Amino acid sequence: MNTEISGVVFTYLLTLALAIPLGRYIARVFKGEKTWLDFLAPLERFIFRFSGIDAKKEMNWKQHLFALLTINSVWLIYAFVCLMAQGHLPLNPDANPGQSADTAFNTAISFLVNCNLQHYSGESGATYFTQHFVFMFLHFVSAATGIAALIVVFRAMKDKVTDKLGNFWDYFVKTVTRVLLPISFVIAVILAFNGMTTSYAGKDTFISMQGDTVHVSRGPVAALVAIKHLGTNGGGWFGANSAHPIENPNYVTNTTELVAQTLIPIALVFALGFYLNKKKFAYVIFGVMTIGMLLFLIPTMNAELNGNPAIAKMGVSQTTGAMEGKEVRFGPANSAYWSVITTIISTGSVNSMHDSAMPMSGNMMLLGMMVNCFYGGCGVGILNFYIFIIIAVFISGLMVGRTPEFFGRKIEAREMKIASLIALLHPFIILVGLAISSYVVVNMAGADWAVKPSSWLNNPGNHGFSEMLYEYTSSAANNGSGFEGLGDGNIFWNVTTGIVMILGRFLPIIGPLAIAGLLANKKYIPESAGTLKSDTSTFGVMIFAVIIIIAALSFFPALALGPIAEHFSLK
Amino acid sequence: MKTYLLPSLKLTLILIVILAGIYPLAIAGVGKLTPGHGDGETLSYKGRVVGYALEGQKFTKDEYFWGRPSAVDYNAAGSGGSNKGPSNPDYLKDVEKRIEDFLKHNPGVTRAQIPAELVTASGSGLDPDISAAGAQVQVARVAKARGLSADQLTKLVNEHTEKPLLGLFGPSKVNVLKLNIALEELKK
Repeated sequence: MNTEISGVVFTYLLTLALAIPLGRYIARVFKGEKTWLDFLAPLERFIFRFSGIDAKKEMNWKQHLFALLTINSVWLIYAFVCLMAQGHLPLNPDANPGQSADTAFNTAISFLVNCNLQHYSGESGATYFTQHFVFMFLHFVSAATGIAALIVVFRAMKDKVTDKLGNFWDYFVKTVTRVLLPISFVIAVILAFNGMTTSYAGKDTFISMQGDTVHVSRGPVAALVAIKHLGTNGGGWFGANSAHPIENPNYVTNTTELVAQTLIPIALVFALGFYLNKKKFAYVIFGVMTIGMLLFLIPTMNAELNGNPAIAKMGVSQTTGAMEGKEVRFGPANSAYWSVITTIISTGSVNSMHDSAMPMSGNMMLLGMMVNCFYGGCGVGILNFYIFIIIAVFISGLMVGRTPEFFGRKIEAREMKIASLIALLHPFIILVGLAISSYVVVNMAGADWAVKPSSWLNNPGNHGFSEMLYEYTSSAANNGSGFEGLGDGNIFWNVTTGIVMILGRFLPIIGPLAIAGLLANKKYIPESAGTLKSDTSTFGVMIFAVIIIIAALSFFPALALGPIAEHFSLK
Repeated sequence: MKTYLLPSLKLTLILIVILAGIYPLAIAGVGKLTPGHGDGETLSYKGRVVGYALEGQKFTKDEYFWGRPSAVDYNAAGSGGSNKGPSNPDYLKDVEKRIEDFLKHNPGVTRAQIPAELVTASGSGLDPDISAAGAQVQVARVAKARGLSADQLTKLVNEHTEKPLLGLFGPSKVNVLKLNIALEELKK
């Protein structure tokens, strides 16, 4: 095994070794049991007292939703105003201007919904103020929103609950104080000691060895990069994201950032098992997700390590693999692992440029975002998976002629309607967006926008089509990575992806919350011989089949026109 | 809605203070204790700062080791890759041109000796590193341009080849700026 592949295996095993105890810890926090961070309780009490919140008041699922949507609306308005006004706000040493209305609309939504699609470059399109007070703040709270929503669903899955599902503010604040903030602090310290900048000094200038004058963008990067990964956000400080040498200086920081982004999504799967005391069920979910991850990872690593066949024909040596858009200090194997992890989990940070990846890799990244629940983003990954569980329970119930029950509650028409709508929403918003943009490229090529549709695509043919498919898939999956060659800094992309992002965020939170709330209110039926077992590998296979059919096959025609066609044309 | 609006506003305010104010200031404090004092580590030659240890810079003269092609021309006030797809015909022409250019400056080198990273653009446009093979293939050119022996330079490259992490994980690499500073210091 060469050192590049052993690095990938080590990174995954390290993640797992940390995620299991973290899962147990998260379950303890939300069960209200003792943990070693209990000394933070006074801080939480202060926050609640300051905000006038009674954190002990039980809420039903609708009240949870109202609280979640209200505070998210506050953040949206706050972010939009700050981004427009950033040129006049403090902490702007590089004197960058405010964002245009459509860019600010897109950016505010993007960070609110944990997507972090960036239609600007951090070096010139944001200030230290907006990086910290808008982006980093939203990194924390958007991740906490997803996790809090998931905890509501966990609670609703318990045996003996009705409509008392705990307090949203309690879940939300504890996610910040007990999980995100302490771990971010540790990560940021590791990053800082590996050379990532932390000071508020602005651009520097020096004269290079050859005598060129060079300006260097810097900034207080480490604090943001820690939560950017831990919260599966992905919005980077610099334009090149974690491919940038300051945002990801070496193999230690690269491993840290990879572990950080995978940590909570995996931990939450185990937290589910510990919280509900159904460990076998958690293992089934973990098994399905891990097999899914490997199915995407192996072809991607294979394609990247083999290199670009078109460049092989020119006779140069691709011993390490395909290098376009990649950094030497990470290498193609690790870049392949990162691009799969960042797309199955909704991080969307990159350490190599996805646009330049092999077509097979691009195909797997797209599939990762189309499925969007193999581990998935902070909280929302399991919420997406929950929808597929409901559908799988219903279908298997019909197949074997048993009443579809899930954890002692009957799944009926109403729950199935919600689950189907949410499952179909994802392909719908992606493919409709793609259809509109394709139409515009062909029929409105000269439209007078900041970037004319005729110059949107950085690459001709199938790859250009993939660039548009990727943009909408990334928006709908709240991923945020891009085939960055796409000329997306104009009103068309800002508005359409903004709408796709907001639909792709809140409906998949509302749906599972509603289903879980409705189920919790139903009569509890104790398990009997007629109950469909949900903690078996047979059921795991069933979930997997549902995911493949709904999430992957509905995109097959679009994938065939994009990366698959490019794969077969590349010789 | 009103039941939730006031708590939302207040909670937002207090969390902004903690998460965007106190937390990064604490990290900035820790950063002061690091080798680069949180400003980024710089490298000097003859008492003058000639670059950042982490960021690549442009080397085009024959007497220096070259780094990778950069889509942003090593302008560190920005960053980015070429975003060219692997099948793009214009991109493939660019790569072919870079190969021919490299062969012209490095007579005696064959195509099969050129590692791909020397003719493909990096992700950030600021990649500070090349592979050991990428440095060795330039030894003959640099030695000739500087009137040094190839053996001496091969040794220098070997000294500057950084092994994988703990010898086990990740690629090995050569930091081009550090190598070129050491190269200048050889002459003394």
